[in-house]
Amino acid sequence: MDWLGVYYYWAFAALLMIGFYAVIAKSNLIKKLIGLSMFQSAVFLLYITMGKIDDGTAPIYHEGISQQIFSNPLPQVLILTAIVVGISTVALGLGIIVRIQEEYGSIEEHEILGIDER
Amino acid sequence: MSAWAQHLPALQVGVPLLTTPIIVLLRPHGLSWAAATLTSCFTFFIAVMLTVAVLQGQQVQYSMGAWPAPHGIALSVDAFSAILLLIVTGASTVALLAARQIVNAEIEASRQPLFYTAWLLALAGFVGILVSADAFNIFVFMEISSLASYVLIAGGSDRRALPAVFKYLVMGTIGATFYLIGIGLIYLMTGTLNLADMEVRIREVSDQKPILVAAGFITIGLALKAAVFPLHLWLPNAYTYAPVPVTVFLAACSTKVSLYLLLRFDFFLFQPNLLNHNIQFSYFIMPLAILAILAASSLAMFERNLKRLLAYSSIAQVGYILLGASLVSLIGLTASVIHMFNHALAKAALFLCVACLATRCANLRIDSLRGVAKQMPWTMAAFLLAGLSLIGVPGTAGFISKWYLITAALDEGLLGVGLIVVVAAGSLMAVYYLWRVIEAAYFGKTNEGAEIVGEAPLGILVVCWLVVLSNYYFGLAPSLPTTLSSAAAQILLGQVP
Repeated sequence: MDWLGVYYYWAFAALLMIGFYAVIAKSNLIKKLIGLSMFQSAVFLLYITMGKIDDGTAPIYHEGISQQIFSNPLPQVLILTAIVVGISTVALGLGIIVRIQEEYGSIEEHEILGIDER
Repeated sequence: MSAWAQHLPALQVGVPLLTTPIIVLLRPHGLSWAAATLTSCFTFFIAVMLTVAVLQGQQVQYSMGAWPAPHGIALSVDAFSAILLLIVTGASTVALLAARQIVNAEIEASRQPLFYTAWLLALAGFVGILVSADAFNIFVFMEISSLASYVLIAGGSDRRALPAVFKYLVMGTIGATFYLIGIGLIYLMTGTLNLADMEVRIREVSDQKPILVAAGFITIGLALKAAVFPLHLWLPNAYTYAPVPVTVFLAACSTKVSLYLLLRFDFFLFQPNLLNHNIQFSYFIMPLAILAILAASSLAMFERNLKRLLAYSSIAQVGYILLGASLVSLIGLTASVIHMFNHALAKAALFLCVACLATRCANLRIDSLRGVAKQMPWTMAAFLLAGLSLIGVPGTAGFISKWYLITAALDEGLLGVGLIVVVAAGSLMAVYYLWRVIEAAYFGKTNEGAEIVGEAPLGILVVCWLVVLSNYYFGLAPSLPTTLSSAAAQILLGQVP
């Protein structure tokens, strides 16, 4: 297999792991959420690349064109839905962070855990 | 079937989903509760109708907008989804019936319509997962139900719910995204999202590696959402700090729905098409199930907060459900599915008792519940009876599933003996951790200076006893859950029932 020929999958995997690392390693809740958002975006890229065909164009059919190559529109449609889901998740996460800041006065995970133990 | 009965699968999702915008607008807050409860009752009624149709042997298939599958959106209900539909809609209905006073006390009137809206969205998401026959729609419904559950858990007045729900949000999203990666890989290889079509086309795929990777992603992602043992970290705090009615609802169904998906994908899609995947599944899941039973039960034995104790017990019960499935046999899967039903009954009853206690007691630490049985005799009697069902005493619903599980284990020879020891040890630990509560409530001296509390409000108590008695009804006359779950096991193993 040509390892460099599938560079888009490498981009997907790298982005996925960078996001995942941020979610696990960062203590700041906003940074965690940024990581989560990158983690989701990586999957969007996976879907978009799988629908792309070399020299393929947007699948708009009109008369006079019969030999045209089209990219697969279905993964793009799926990802539109997944983007909406991702936005809602991030929005809800940010809303929870605002509430945490109001209640605890901090958005650092270790500080919050310490406050309740006291 | 009459004309409108054909549309039952669509109505099952449509009714709770479409009533949500109305409930947001209902301002006098008693009205939003009544509307949500009525909707939930109606969804339960639809689930019963669908179950009757399934029991009569009808194929319940539905194409949205009459576009035929695989290109249109297909819904389908079989015995496995029917039993889960009963659990989910039933749990939502009893939890809502008991919710009113607690929600009035905990959530200010102006936010109540939003709370009930989130509740119905969660319900719609759960039933959507169960009726959907399309992998991507399942993802969307999974996210609808998860987002709504986060709102419900954080909706109470306890600020400790906020960090708990943030953790749940992060872990839940990672789980759902893993599922999405798995679906993407299968789509890449087969070009379809319809589950039945996928199953046919996977057979024609020559390179099995991407499918195996997809199986890994989907299994781990769903195990995260189902709180399978080492991935359970989000569950205890989320259940503990959520408002009690939400705990009743989520404890009875949220992990079960993810387990349903896990079993459906693995048995329906991967095991018939991947070489030796049944052995891989068994070797991977069985140790986790055993660890879940032993580790979570021992954590429950030393837990001081009643709600967290029951939450750890839920993690242990997920272990029992997976233990049955990991045997990959007809009777093992039957045990697994029937335990989903019986555990939902027992845990809903126990958390409803907690709801009764929460109306009168300031906090739910076992220490502060000393002597409470003298003041709340009916509540604690219900707790005792529901606890017996969780342990699996003969005559209760819990006994039926343990019986099936032990029968399934006996077919496995020496390994089976070991598994029976694990099940017995888990049950003994359950006796111990429930006994600590009973001992404190019945034999403990009332704390000095504790105010005199009365029995819980009649409304909640009646609902609680209704669920407790159904534990005994389904223990003595278990034909409904056993029929459905053995049919479900046959479907999972690809034998036509």
